[in-house]
Amino acid sequence: MSSAAHVRKKTLILATLMVSCNTVAQLVLRKGMLQIGSVHLHEHDLAGAFWKTVTSGTIWMGIAGLLAAFAVYMTLLSWADYSYVQPATSLGYALVALLGVTVLGEHVTLVRWFGVALICSGVALVGRTEPRTTKRSV
Amino acid sequence: MRLALFVAIVVLSSTLGEILITMGMKQAGEPERFRPRPVLRFLGRALCNARFWAALPLLALSFYAMLALLSWAPVSFVVPATALSYAVGALGGRFLLGERVDAVRWMGVVLVCVGVALAWAG
Repeated sequence: MSSAAHVRKKTLILATLMVSCNTVAQLVLRKGMLQIGSVHLHEHDLAGAFWKTVTSGTIWMGIAGLLAAFAVYMTLLSWADYSYVQPATSLGYALVALLGVTVLGEHVTLVRWFGVALICSGVALVGRTEPRTTKRSV
Repeated sequence: MRLALFVAIVVLSSTLGEILITMGMKQAGEPERFRPRPVLRFLGRALCNARFWAALPLLALSFYAMLALLSWAPVSFVVPATALSYAVGALGGRFLLGERVDAVRWMGVVLVCVGVALAWAG
């Protein structure tokens, strides 16, 4: 396998892993915040909300998922362009909208679905470019 | 207004933080192989990088602004709204990291931005 093909393959695999971890974590966090309730912008309420988030098991599960996604993101960025990897993360948007509807019972309008489709098309275009356009540092 | 302000905080702080992370990871160098030991060595090098630590306060700010947003609005609205960071990220990649952002990549970014606008309107 050529070097460019190898870089593209490992970028794709890690990007998929990162998007999956991140999407599940987002949904777990939303569940956690639904348990905590709406946050109000008053000093006392903010402190109370902060305390509820750091003592919530669901929020910590979400944080663990985000940390795993972040470690994969860091690894990706050690060779790939930021302007290539960052758009790839938006493949999660379609997944989040889909799981938001199926798991959390949220309503997503047709216009919003169209927006999500455009976001994914944009990511597909970015995916056609070279993952690495800067020189290797090491 | 409150939603727009918090979306701006999430977008700017996360993008600036991630640009610092990218600089740090490029300095740390990629793992030699995808085995546990080389990957752990890479993560060790990454954790010793000053730019990584400089990025953390920005990412923490972004994270808590995101949590507040998630308590006010559905996740299927909040997450697409914060996708504005793609436009800021492409600009940062081009001008701060020296990446080659060609016409196709820019077109992809424009599509993402239009998608974000529609996600807001919807």
